[in-house]
Amino acid sequence: MSAAGGAHEARSGATAEADPLLSLEHLRIAFGDTVAVDDLTFAIGHGERVALVGESGSGKTVTALAILRLLRDAQLSGAIRFAGNDLLSQSERSMRGLRGSEIAMIFQEPMTALNPLFTVGEQIAETIVAHEGVSPQQGRVRAIELLARTGVTQPEQRVLSYPHQLSGGQRQRAMIAMALACRPRLLLADEPTTALDVTIRAQIVDLLLDIQCEEAQKRGMAVLLITHDLNLVRRFAQRVAVMERGILVESGPVERIFEAPQHPYTQRLIASRPQRQVAPVLPIAPVLLDARDVSVSFATKAAGLRGWFRSGRFEAVTSATLTVRQGETLGIVGESGSGKSTLAMALLGLQRTVQGSIEFQGRPLSSYRGREQTALRSNMQVVFQDPFSSLSPRQTIERIVGEGLALHRPQLGPAARRDKVIAVLREVGIDRTALARYPHEFSGGQRQRIAIARALVLEPRLLVLDEPTSALDVSIQQQVLTLLTALQHKYNLGFVFISHDLAVIGAMAHRVAVMQNGAVVETGDVEKIFSNPAHPYTRKLLEASLQG
Amino acid sequence: MSQARPRTGADAQPRSELPSVLASPSPMRRVWRRFRAQRLGYWSLVLFVVAFAASLAGPLWSNDKPLVVRYDGKFYFPIAKTYAETAFGGDFPTPADYLDPYVRHRFALPGNFALYPPNHYYYDTLNYFSREPNPAPPSHENWLGTDSQGRDVFARLLYGFRVSVEFALVLTLIGSVLGVAAGAVQGYFGGRIDIVGQRLIEIWSALPELYLLIIFASIFEPSFVLLVVLLSLFGWIGLSDYVRAECLRNRTQDYVRAARAIGLSNWQIIWRHVLPNSMTPVITFLPFRMSGSILALTSLDFLGLGVPAPTPSLGELLSEGKANLDAWWISLSTFGVLVATLLLLTFMGDALRNALDTRIADAMRAGGNQ
Repeated sequence: MSAAGGAHEARSGATAEADPLLSLEHLRIAFGDTVAVDDLTFAIGHGERVALVGESGSGKTVTALAILRLLRDAQLSGAIRFAGNDLLSQSERSMRGLRGSEIAMIFQEPMTALNPLFTVGEQIAETIVAHEGVSPQQGRVRAIELLARTGVTQPEQRVLSYPHQLSGGQRQRAMIAMALACRPRLLLADEPTTALDVTIRAQIVDLLLDIQCEEAQKRGMAVLLITHDLNLVRRFAQRVAVMERGILVESGPVERIFEAPQHPYTQRLIASRPQRQVAPVLPIAPVLLDARDVSVSFATKAAGLRGWFRSGRFEAVTSATLTVRQGETLGIVGESGSGKSTLAMALLGLQRTVQGSIEFQGRPLSSYRGREQTALRSNMQVVFQDPFSSLSPRQTIERIVGEGLALHRPQLGPAARRDKVIAVLREVGIDRTALARYPHEFSGGQRQRIAIARALVLEPRLLVLDEPTSALDVSIQQQVLTLLTALQHKYNLGFVFISHDLAVIGAMAHRVAVMQNGAVVETGDVEKIFSNPAHPYTRKLLEASLQG
Repeated sequence: MSQARPRTGADAQPRSELPSVLASPSPMRRVWRRFRAQRLGYWSLVLFVVAFAASLAGPLWSNDKPLVVRYDGKFYFPIAKTYAETAFGGDFPTPADYLDPYVRHRFALPGNFALYPPNHYYYDTLNYFSREPNPAPPSHENWLGTDSQGRDVFARLLYGFRVSVEFALVLTLIGSVLGVAAGAVQGYFGGRIDIVGQRLIEIWSALPELYLLIIFASIFEPSFVLLVVLLSLFGWIGLSDYVRAECLRNRTQDYVRAARAIGLSNWQIIWRHVLPNSMTPVITFLPFRMSGSILALTSLDFLGLGVPAPTPSLGELLSEGKANLDAWWISLSTFGVLVATLLLLTFMGDALRNALDTRIADAMRAGGNQ
């Protein structure tokens, strides 16, 4: 990005310091007794790209919403100065004039941020008509221009599309077009790429960079990027502000923060890239799971009149062939909708397959019956992505973890069962005081540990991990990965590790299977695939993840 | 955020023993706490329970038989046992009428005494000794007057309220069980079972309930049990839809998939995981279902299709009030009881709905954590 460097040179440091576009002074945001942000002071100069980094709950998004005064029931104190005016003392009416025209915002999830009942064009034109008073026809022409500018192909047709008719990337482009509609001077981008697939992520970041450089030269547009993704920060921002639990711990130029972080929290964040610590698989390790030509399809409604009489088929997984050996981690990589999770459920025998055979320890899953089938269940366990929905909210931790024991080890008495639950909880780093508590009292990382404990208590041979760290913060992600590796060493577990994040797969897996549209396009050792990808899709994924 | 963090470390208790302080309140306990915090709903519940308990204890304080009698040195307990009039010096071997001035006179003799309940009437007691023509207005004798047959309105209201609430409780219980069962099966299994079930329910709910009641009332002797059976046949339909929707949502949650991976059977999963998380609409609707049941019984009684005479009922009193418009005490007091009952139930329902709406209380906590 040579243009980015140019903009950086073009920005005059003196003006930015003397007369910043936006400055927050001792901002404090509280909801009742809970203080979300405390004593936050930082400034954004004209034409500057600043990143606000922090983990979930650190108050990043709340800060952005406070700048637009979009927080309800919050007590704000301190000052938010935008181009010299204190926004906290503005009337609601003049704030409405600012929102969308002077300060625009891009939201994380474009599907929910766009109104499903209006076409994309109408929504973009709405902002222009509302703020600049042009006619709807002119608004539409501008909308087409903006869509073309944000790289949407066939903007004349797309302007008439409803949000659900666009792909995720196109929707995010439309959101950016909407934000740019009135040539804002400040763009707040709240996790603009988090909800997107890796390959699209890189494109959107390029687009944002490109637009900012262009607009910064013309009008000095500044961007405040809110993210937890450090790769994105390094690539996009000029200055970084790091927040931890509502407090700004460090800020400075990107190069300095990444090379010489001062605050321990920043150091921890930067060091939290997944580290590879896996042990090699024993050459004699037996094959645990052997899946050949597994296909899964779902009935869908066929289009038009035909749908009244017959249903269509949607091929979620087509002829996937995989093996997992004892003590080995098989990584499955792919974008959302590529059939990773469906394949995992099929491997566990929880999803009916259309064809193919799945063998566990040399015997087909279908040949396990009765008592053996129960034993099989305890040998294959699963950990899901979302720690918030994977624990039943109405059961205590003891019941959640002990439930499998009660079923599979009925000979254990209540006291022995409790001892076992305590032991396995200790193994995953949860205190025994957790026993009588309910899941809502735990943080995401702790819940994921409890979910791992629930799977481990049955002493399985094979553990399917379906995006186990995707919903977690980066620093916690590393802890969970370390825990998983340690457990694998100790119990010689076979892992099927599903992730969209190549960095995590690179750190965890022995072998990788790359999935695209339901098919396994490439399998092989992780070093080989990462250094020398054969399939073009793998190459694309790798490039995107190295950039993004 | 900070208060939700579990305390770690610093524990030196013996194994397998947890001090009770560390046990956190169960979700039901938290709902109860939030319910209690809503004064109107909470006091409505207290008042309702007290009123229902009072009506259950009705025979003790609104009865035509004395609680204890001492006659000729012997103790009698007319409330529990039937005595002939001859036992108290009367002429007939029929059950004693304790309101008869002659009998009362015998009890007043020295050495004898009778402890009468505060209100001297059972719901079917006729006041033969009224000084005024029936229906008689409220007086010292009959606190809320009498109806056209000379029965005490207060006693009939008391026992009518009891019958109504009992009816509502039974109907709500049966309807909830049926509705939850049907909804859970449809929602959890989904697919073909769901579609067939929904069509059957649609056909079933198209049956004209009132006509069926009229037809059955002409074939069978109308009774409490018959009404409960007939109304239960249709009362579960609305609820099953809500439970079905909740189960459809919950069955796709990861904890259900995790339970399947552990190897639990479908029924175990429904019972332990899906149902406990799908009960919110059931509990929220309980008071509203009860008030609906009370209203249904009242209207059926009003129309003469309800419980047979002389069972006391609010609807029968209302129609009596309609027949004797000048006897304002009948319609006004019945109306008052009915309004108060329904109002209490509605307040309870509102409070329960707020207590179960976890978005209010838990959103703050989750907002801090997420």
